[in-house]
Amino acid sequence: MDIPVAYNLRNLAVRKGTTIMTALGIALTVAVLLATMALLEGLQTLFSSSGDPLHVLVMRKGSTAELTSVVTRQVYQDVRFKQGIARSRSGDPLVSQEIVTVVNLPSVDNPDGTNVTLRGLSMAGLEMRDQIRIESGRWFSPGRAELVVGKSIARRFPDAQIGRKIRLARTTWEVVGVMDAGTSAANSEVFADINQMAADYNREEALSSLLLKAVDEVSAAALINDLESDRRLNVTAQSEKDYFKMQTSSGDIFRYLGLFVSVIMAVGSAFAAMNTMYAAVARRTKEIGTLRVLGFSRISIMASFLIEALLLALLGGLLGILLVLPLNGATTGIGSITFSEVAFSFRVTPKIMMMGVLFAMVMGAMGGLLPAGNAARKEILTALREI
Amino acid sequence: MGRFLPLIWKNALRNRRRSLLTIFSVGLSLCLLGVMMAIYYALYLQETNPAQALRITTRNRVSITLPMPAFYLDRILRTPGVAEAMPWQWFGGSYKDERDPDNFFPRFGVDPKKAFRIFSEMKMPEDQIKAFQSERRACIVGKAVAAKHGFKTGDRITITGDIYPMNLEVTVRGIYESELGSDSLFFDWEYVREALPAGRRDFLSSISILADSPESVPRIINAIDDQFRNATVQTRTETERAFALGFLNQLGNIKLILLSVCGAVTFTLMLVSANTMAMSVRERVREVGILKTLGFKPHQILTIILSEAALIAWLGGTLGFLLASGLCLMIRSGPAFSAEISTLSVKPPVAAMLMVVAIFVAVGSSLVPALAAARMPILDALRRTD
Repeated sequence: MDIPVAYNLRNLAVRKGTTIMTALGIALTVAVLLATMALLEGLQTLFSSSGDPLHVLVMRKGSTAELTSVVTRQVYQDVRFKQGIARSRSGDPLVSQEIVTVVNLPSVDNPDGTNVTLRGLSMAGLEMRDQIRIESGRWFSPGRAELVVGKSIARRFPDAQIGRKIRLARTTWEVVGVMDAGTSAANSEVFADINQMAADYNREEALSSLLLKAVDEVSAAALINDLESDRRLNVTAQSEKDYFKMQTSSGDIFRYLGLFVSVIMAVGSAFAAMNTMYAAVARRTKEIGTLRVLGFSRISIMASFLIEALLLALLGGLLGILLVLPLNGATTGIGSITFSEVAFSFRVTPKIMMMGVLFAMVMGAMGGLLPAGNAARKEILTALREI
Repeated sequence: MGRFLPLIWKNALRNRRRSLLTIFSVGLSLCLLGVMMAIYYALYLQETNPAQALRITTRNRVSITLPMPAFYLDRILRTPGVAEAMPWQWFGGSYKDERDPDNFFPRFGVDPKKAFRIFSEMKMPEDQIKAFQSERRACIVGKAVAAKHGFKTGDRITITGDIYPMNLEVTVRGIYESELGSDSLFFDWEYVREALPAGRRDFLSSISILADSPESVPRIINAIDDQFRNATVQTRTETERAFALGFLNQLGNIKLILLSVCGAVTFTLMLVSANTMAMSVRERVREVGILKTLGFKPHQILTIILSEAALIAWLGGTLGFLLASGLCLMIRSGPAFSAEISTLSVKPPVAAMLMVVAIFVAVGSSLVPALAAARMPILDALRRTD
C-alpha cells in the first residue's frame, strides 16, 4: 500500500523555510542550464532559417568562410555559363558577385567596436534574396556609395541609422535603408553595391564568393558536383543552407561554459537536497516507526521519501523556468565563427522547459535516494523509541 | 573565545554526514566562483605583464581585415617615444584539415631581427634566434604548440593560405617559451611579402610597437592616430592588451556572463549555507537552553554558532580553492582564446577573495537562526522537543 502524496506535500509545506531555500538552490541551477539552452536554441533557429536550398555558395577551395575566400572575376565569367542556373527577370543567369568583409562599429553592448559583416553584391544578388524586403528607406542605387543595414544592425548600432555617414576603406558611405530579412542572418549584415565597394576597397579583381540560384533542387546538387569537380576553377561549392548550418558551431564556447557551470552547480545542489532530505528523515524517525506499525512496508516508506525529494525538485524546476522566462525573446549578439557579430533572440521553448524539469528531477533523485534508503532501513522499535 | 574551540569542533563533528555534505556543496559552489573570479581577474583586473605593458598595436581604423600602407611603419618608427616597431601580420590559413578546430593555432609574420626585442618575454636559445634570423623560410613555434603537434627543430610545416594567395612552407628553427602563452608560430614576413603580387606587397594589417617606457604609451597612442587623422587610411592604435581584449569581447558580452554566473553561484551558496545552519541550530535549541542554564551568555552562544558556520565555510572554501586550481589547469590546456586564459590560475588575491566570500556568506546567512537561538528564553528552549 502506498503512502498518500498529500502526506509529502504537507510535510514540505510545514518546513516552508527549508523547502523554499532548497528549491531555490535547485531553481538557480536549472536557470543557468536553461539560459544556456535558450541561447543555443535561438542561435540554431537563426542559422537553420537562414539560407535558401536553391542557393549555391562558391568559395575558393580550402576556405571555410566567405571572409577569407578569394574568387576572381574570371571564375565568375566561367561559372555564369554552367547548366542549371536560374534566370533573372532580364534573362541573365542569377549569379551574384560578392565581396564580404567586416567593418568595426560601436554597438550598444560594446562601445569599443564590434565587427559587422559588410557585403557588396550584384543586383542579381538582391533579386535572388527575394525574401528580404525594405523595412524603411530604400535599396542602394548601383554606382553610389550607399548602404542598407539589416534590422538587427539598426537596433544594435547607433551609427547604422538612415542618413548617417560611415567611413569605409577610402570613401564615406551613407546609410539609405533598413532591410527586414525575416528571421535569417542577413538581419546582421550590411549590404552595398559590389562595384562601388570593389572600387573603394581596391578589390576590382578579388571577389570573396559567388552566390548562384539553381533552377530546382536537383540542379542545385548537380551544380555543386559540377563546380567541385572542375579543377580548373579551384573552388568549393555548397548549398547556402549547409553553410549557415555549419555556423551553428559559433555557440560552442557558450555550450561548454553553460554545461560546465550547470553540471557543477547541479552536483552541489544535489548535495544540498540530500542534506535537506536527511534532516527530514531524522526529524520524522518516530513518524516512520508509526507508519511501519500501521503496516506500511519498507518499500512504501522509501518511495514516499523519494517522492518527497522529487516534489521538492519539481518545485525547484518550476521556479527555475519562471526565472528564465523573462529571457524569452530578449535579443543579444555573439561573435560568430565568421568573425562578425550575429544578433538573435533567446528562445525558451516548451522542449527546453521540459529539459529543465527533467534536470531538476535528476538532482532530486540524486539527493533523495540515499536518505530514502536510510528511512526505509530504520527498525520499528528503535524508531519509536526516539524522541 | 579560544576556550570554545573544542566545543565548536565537536559541534561541527556531531552530525558528520551533514557537515560533510555541506562542505562538498559549499566547496563546489566556491570552486565555480573561484574559476569565474580567476577569469574575471585575469581579463580585467590583473596588472599587465611588464613586457606587454610596453607594447602598442596599430591597425586600420575601419577594421582589422583592411590593410594600411606599409610606409606607416617608417612614420611610426620616427614618432617620439617609439623604441622599435615591426609588422605583425596575421597569416590565417589552415594546417592539415581545416575542418578540425584542433589544427588551429595563430601564425604571425614578423621581423625576426626585431621580434625578440619587442616580445622581450619570449625566451629562446641564442643559436636558435640566429638561425631564425638568417634564413628567410625559417619559423619558430611556441612550446605548447610544438608539444601539441609534435614539432621539432628541422621539421617542415606547410600552411595552406586563404587570406594570402600562397602557401607558407617553412622550417622550424627554434622553439620559444613565454609566460604569456606559447601557442603561436612566427615566420619572417619578408618571405610572404616578396611572393605577393605587386599591388598587395606594400600593405600591413597590423604593426607591433615597443614604447621606451610605460609613461610614454598613452602619448604614443595619441601621436600615431593624430598623424594619420587626415590621411586616406586612418589608424586605430591601442595597447596590445586592449587589442587582445577587444578580440575576446567580439565573442559576446563576456563581462556580463561572468558576473551573472558569479551572482547565481553566490546566491546558491547563501541558500545552502543558511539552510544547513538553520537545520542544525533548530536541532540544538534544547542544548542551547542547557548551555544557558550552565551560565553561557547569549553573545557567547552566538559566537559558538557563528564560528561553527565559519569553520565549515572555511573547510568548504579550501576544498573549493583546490578544485578551482585543478579546473584552471584544465582550462589552460583547452583552446586558447587569449594569453590571459592560457596562463590562468587562482592568484592569491582571488584565493583571498574566495575565502572572504565563503566566510562572509556563511556567517551572514547563519546570523538569523543563531540570533534567534541566542535570544530564546531558557524555559522556551528547554521545553522544545524537536
